[in-house]
Amino acid sequence: MDFEAVWLSLQLAWWTTVTLFVLGLPLAYWLAVTRWRLKFLLEAIVVLPMILPPTVLGFYILIAVGPLSPFGRTYEAMVGRSLAFSFQGLLLASVLYSLPFAVRPFTAGFVGVDRRLVEASWCLGVSRLRTFLRIVFPLSWAGILTGVILSFAHTLGEFGVILMIGGNIPGVTRTVSISIYDDVQAVNYSMAAMTSLVLLASSFLALSVIHLVNRRAL
Amino acid sequence: MGNKMVVSCSNEALAPGWDANGREPVQLDPAGIAQPFTLSRNEGSSDNRAPAAAALTAEFEKHFADGTVIKVELCRPADAYSLTVLFGPSGAGKSTTLRCLAGLDRPERGAIHFGDEIWFDAARGIFLPPQRRRIGYLFQDYALFPHLRVAQNIGYGLGKIAAPERRQRIGEIAALLGLAGLEDHYPRQLSGGQQQRVALARALVCRPSLLLLDEPLSALDAPTREHLRRQLRQWLVELQMSTILVTHDRIEALALGDHVVVFEAGRVRQSGSVQQVFSAPVDLAVARIVGVDTIERGKVVQLADGFATIQVGPKQVIAPAPSRRKGGLDNEVYVCIHAEDVTLEKTGANPRQSSAGNRLFGYIRYLHREGPMVRVNLDCGFPLKALITNQACQNMGLRERDEVVATVNTPAIHLIVRE
Repeated sequence: MDFEAVWLSLQLAWWTTVTLFVLGLPLAYWLAVTRWRLKFLLEAIVVLPMILPPTVLGFYILIAVGPLSPFGRTYEAMVGRSLAFSFQGLLLASVLYSLPFAVRPFTAGFVGVDRRLVEASWCLGVSRLRTFLRIVFPLSWAGILTGVILSFAHTLGEFGVILMIGGNIPGVTRTVSISIYDDVQAVNYSMAAMTSLVLLASSFLALSVIHLVNRRAL
Repeated sequence: MGNKMVVSCSNEALAPGWDANGREPVQLDPAGIAQPFTLSRNEGSSDNRAPAAAALTAEFEKHFADGTVIKVELCRPADAYSLTVLFGPSGAGKSTTLRCLAGLDRPERGAIHFGDEIWFDAARGIFLPPQRRRIGYLFQDYALFPHLRVAQNIGYGLGKIAAPERRQRIGEIAALLGLAGLEDHYPRQLSGGQQQRVALARALVCRPSLLLLDEPLSALDAPTREHLRRQLRQWLVELQMSTILVTHDRIEALALGDHVVVFEAGRVRQSGSVQQVFSAPVDLAVARIVGVDTIERGKVVQLADGFATIQVGPKQVIAPAPSRRKGGLDNEVYVCIHAEDVTLEKTGANPRQSSAGNRLFGYIRYLHREGPMVRVNLDCGFPLKALITNQACQNMGLRERDEVVATVNTPAIHLIVRE
């Protein structure tokens, strides 16, 4: 097994999950409470990566981070190197790709919290942030945990987007799913089988945990 | 406060029907009640009274996406601890009004002032969030926090205060509301009545300057509701809490309210003391909402000395003349009579002394039992409804088709001039 690729995938999954936790929670909370008329458009955008072929998503991200786009040029001018074919580029792609897997369970968790509990807390003089921490968060933890596990597991299994943005640079952008593809190409079936089994087992474990916590939360 | 204070409710004009289910005079006797409750405040003073009451004036409009507009004008005087009832049928805009007062909904125009605070002013772009209005709000289904124990629920809004003081204040309010011993329970382990009291304790422990109750008793079963209705007023008077309560239940409005604001179709139709509004509704809609039992069309045939003689069908009744200028001779009026203001006698019995009474002969169309009361539908030339006690009904041996004399005191008849 290519442990370098496994370690890289775990790092990518970890940072993707952390980023989605930080950015996805406020976005999901806003989606859960807003009465904005055009909310459905944003909801559609959030779910888009689920439907879109990874190559299409990868293509647009590649264009966006390349020297042809203002974003790509600005990043390169500031950091000194391109986002494409780098770990940071992979992270950006993974965050976008796994966005629905984090935001949708988060939103479902928040929607499940009775709005009157939130209003009751406000009327008792408790600020919006503290209300979120003391009422909303404890009552929607199952949804939040589901989102966290799903984004981690989903990032571990990424393939198409990674290949488009990161290419196949060992130790930099060669993740575990790409190593399986390489092994199969090199007719190294026993290696591919072992790595596949590890991914299968970890995915199964993750989904089992999700279903367990959601049953408990009911 | 003197040694003894009797908060009585002027319900002379209301006959037995109201008394049966209605409010009882609350007697406050600091020495006499088992334990006088002193709820400590932050400053550590032993004064158990709510902060000095402030006048609430609200004049605003709330628009809804479907085109509905709720238009509210209400003024709550700075009485020490009176209870104002927002009363009307479902969907009349009462709850919306309460949510706007709490800051949970934002009106489109108008202003809300509480004392010298501006809670809302559309023109100046001022909107105080609920956190800064120092209100207590009781939701219809209580909205207790399911993951917190009773004591944590009650103490939720207390903020950062020392642990001993927190325990003391939670303990005091729990004792007052009969929740002692339940502190470690979760809301789902409590009965409906207990949940309601926890929600009330959670709001009261923060010493709000205004308490807002949204249909506080509607989710309870009948026996619990009657029990809590009596206690609710007693607690609020004991804590001297300024309160606004929403209800569509006439008995609740009469039993709990000092002032009443009648809502219909998104508008305030009438406001005033409970007595005034229930005995003298300003128009037909309010008369129907407050449940005037007999509303009959009539015509003014004579006016003298402040009294009007009204022709109702083949009969004439005498009532205090309508104060409005329009109520002149030949004017069409609605004659309003509350069923509990009608007394019955069998014909042939010695007529009772009644100086200012209208005596109307008729017969009983049917009797309808309502618990301890009997509702009697009469035909005395026009349909007239009476409400008497079961006991009185049995004593007189009243049956359907019996001939009776109905007496209605002149001041008990209210006239509404038809527009």
